[in-house]
Amino acid sequence: MSTQIDDESEDRLERQTTEGAQEIHGSSREVVVTGGPWPDDELGDTMIINMGPQHPSTHGVLRLMMELDSEEVVRVKPVIGYLHTGMEKTGEELTYVQGGTNVTRMDYASPLSNELVFSLAVERLLDLEVPPRAQWMRMLLVELSRMGSHLLFQATNGMDLGAVSMMLYGWREREEVLRVVEAITGLRMNNNFIRPGGLAADLPDGWQDAVLDVCEVVERGVAEYDALLSENPIWLERTVGVGVTTTQECLDLSITGPILRSTGFAWDLRKAQPYLAYDQVDFDVIYTENGDVFDRYRIRLYEILESIRIVRQCVERMPDGDYRVQDKKVTPPPRARIDESMEALIHHFKLFTEGFRVPAGETYVAIESPRGEIGCYLVSDGSGRPVRVHVRGPSFYNLQSMSPMMQGALVADAVAVISSVDPIMGEVDR
Amino acid sequence: MSDDARENLPEVDAAPDLDPKPDDEVAAAVLERFAGSVFHSSHGQPVVYVGREVLAEVAAMLHDEQQFTMLVDVTAVDHLLDGERHCPAGVVPERFEVVANFLSHPRNRRLRVVCEVPADDPEVPSLTGTYPGADFAEREVYDLLGIRFRGHPDLTRILMPDDWVGHPLRKDAAPSRVPVTFKGDPSPR
Amino acid sequence: MGLESLGHSFLTAPLEDLVRWARRNSVFPATFGLACCAIEMMATGAAHYDLARYGMEVFRASPRQADLMIVAGRVSQKMAPVLRQVYDQMVEPKWVISMGVCASSGGMFNNYAIVQGVDQIVPVDVYVPGCPPGPETLMHGILTLHEQIRTGAILARREASASGGAEIQIDTADLVAARSGD
Repeated sequence: MSTQIDDESEDRLERQTTEGAQEIHGSSREVVVTGGPWPDDELGDTMIINMGPQHPSTHGVLRLMMELDSEEVVRVKPVIGYLHTGMEKTGEELTYVQGGTNVTRMDYASPLSNELVFSLAVERLLDLEVPPRAQWMRMLLVELSRMGSHLLFQATNGMDLGAVSMMLYGWREREEVLRVVEAITGLRMNNNFIRPGGLAADLPDGWQDAVLDVCEVVERGVAEYDALLSENPIWLERTVGVGVTTTQECLDLSITGPILRSTGFAWDLRKAQPYLAYDQVDFDVIYTENGDVFDRYRIRLYEILESIRIVRQCVERMPDGDYRVQDKKVTPPPRARIDESMEALIHHFKLFTEGFRVPAGETYVAIESPRGEIGCYLVSDGSGRPVRVHVRGPSFYNLQSMSPMMQGALVADAVAVISSVDPIMGEVDR
Repeated sequence: MSDDARENLPEVDAAPDLDPKPDDEVAAAVLERFAGSVFHSSHGQPVVYVGREVLAEVAAMLHDEQQFTMLVDVTAVDHLLDGERHCPAGVVPERFEVVANFLSHPRNRRLRVVCEVPADDPEVPSLTGTYPGADFAEREVYDLLGIRFRGHPDLTRILMPDDWVGHPLRKDAAPSRVPVTFKGDPSPR
Repeated sequence: MGLESLGHSFLTAPLEDLVRWARRNSVFPATFGLACCAIEMMATGAAHYDLARYGMEVFRASPRQADLMIVAGRVSQKMAPVLRQVYDQMVEPKWVISMGVCASSGGMFNNYAIVQGVDQIVPVDVYVPGCPPGPETLMHGILTLHEQIRTGAILARREASASGGAEIQIDTADLVAARSGD
């Protein structure tokens, strides 16, 4: 029915009620009343919806296409690539000294793990052995990084599942960890501190007290999260029995890390294939049996405590010595020497402009990052830049677990599952 | 979570077998079954170079008979612009190499399998039949390097937009740099 | 647009100031965290470097309810149309902070995959450098934006450049050729 809007609009209303209302302006369509349930075969059983890439709980730019049967998920397809940065291509343009800056931005929640795996791969191709102090310093930093990453998980996991205060509590403790990391490495994130040959600088004075203080603060925080959540009936309802996976499924889908450990399979590369000085420190591999969201939350919570244990041992037993290998071809000279020695100046110049050459070869080195097995496949052709830098990001493979985990789950559980997989899209898309 | 749960670590070999003896038994088994394969020790890691047609069968053998429970990674390398190509004797180098890393949890050992792939026919069999976890990795290799995996259920682009043309990680694809400009220069945009 | 369509005179000045004060003190950011900068953005919103002191701790998930888009992280080719769509869904007046060097200029990733500067897609009001910028740097950027809102400088600039700042050039010839040839 069309209404003519004209200047005598005040009269319009009156005219409608007295004159126009009796005229039937209609179309020729017939209105019919029907009832009863909509027949299934006409509607189709399922609906496909899209979650992300911009969505508050998709942990970065992950897009999930979900096929729903009313509220139940029939199948889910993760669509990735929204953060593809071409890091592997950029890595081929950078020297081996610069390579750390590139890889560190892949898993940006625990950047030192990426740097470590890249440095270990380069050192393997160079057949270089770093001194013990460098090993222990690396271990200290990687464990601090793991603590930061797991605290981030506690914060975001809590918020995704509705315990919004967890966001503030998790970040409160993470700030303390980042403060000590900043004191040691100079940056809060994306540190570029672990480099081929050792580390960029030595530990600052007074680091032991700073690190031990942080351990205490984080321990108290973990106790608080445990008291808040682990026996909270709402939390248990939302996480126990949700997103269940099995060991065989994980092995088939190349899933590692806390997800694999939640299924009853205690595989941790720090114990099974130790690197750095992990075979000389005392710590446990945390694993559980049920393979659900609650288990993964619990594993990451306890892994913070294990990291604190390792960090305390690092503080006690940090060896003296060099923080980097004294090989002139790989390590830049100390800054003071540059003023005195022409040779030192030239070495410094060549190292930071051309970079050092790595003999031709290929290697694959893997370590245990907070998300699972992170590996670096490095191919060199004898020049100063790699032929191929490929990082095996654990989250890339862990995302494949989402489809089986979400079978038969409700949409609300989908958020819990994504959160418990703890993907970092930087290392998924690289 | 009970206390004794912490003690139940999986059975692993006493010493992780990362330094293979020249007669690394898994490599020996592969060499015996697949004629023309070559064993190489790369900085202490066992690597087997096999023909690309048998890649899926090697994977099946490793999975079914040698207890290699997990395929850790599938990737590929473009050797077009290599300065110095390291290739063991007995292997015919091609432009591309497809590399698969395997891990055996019960035996706590790793094995790398490499196959050479020529540029004019970049195709290898897919490993998704034995190891479903190869799904995303093979799609990534196809997307970025253009190597097809025969038998993969859904070989589509995964990281680049669907309508992207070309394979960016190939050496003949430029990194596409925007030139650096200084104050006063005309903008490159 | 509301305020801007009024004629400026000595009578409307207090009203304009009031409106600008209100807009400045109730900026709602949209969640657009992409990569590492998103972690620092969350840290800025957390308890230590509190964004709630500016009334900005509510990150709105729906762009319709937000007026500030902090592009936190590197924008890839696949993400660029999504970014533009989210920006278009925001209601005027809206502002964009380009957080981090990747969003401002492509950062260290000068390659095929990253858009070299988010200002190729959306008009940016404040660029915050850093990789990632610490929370203090981001807050400085936010305060700069608040200052621009307070003085009305932003809206004056928008009107001056008719297109609203961003010029999007899409060369469709290549796309068509690619699709038909592929």
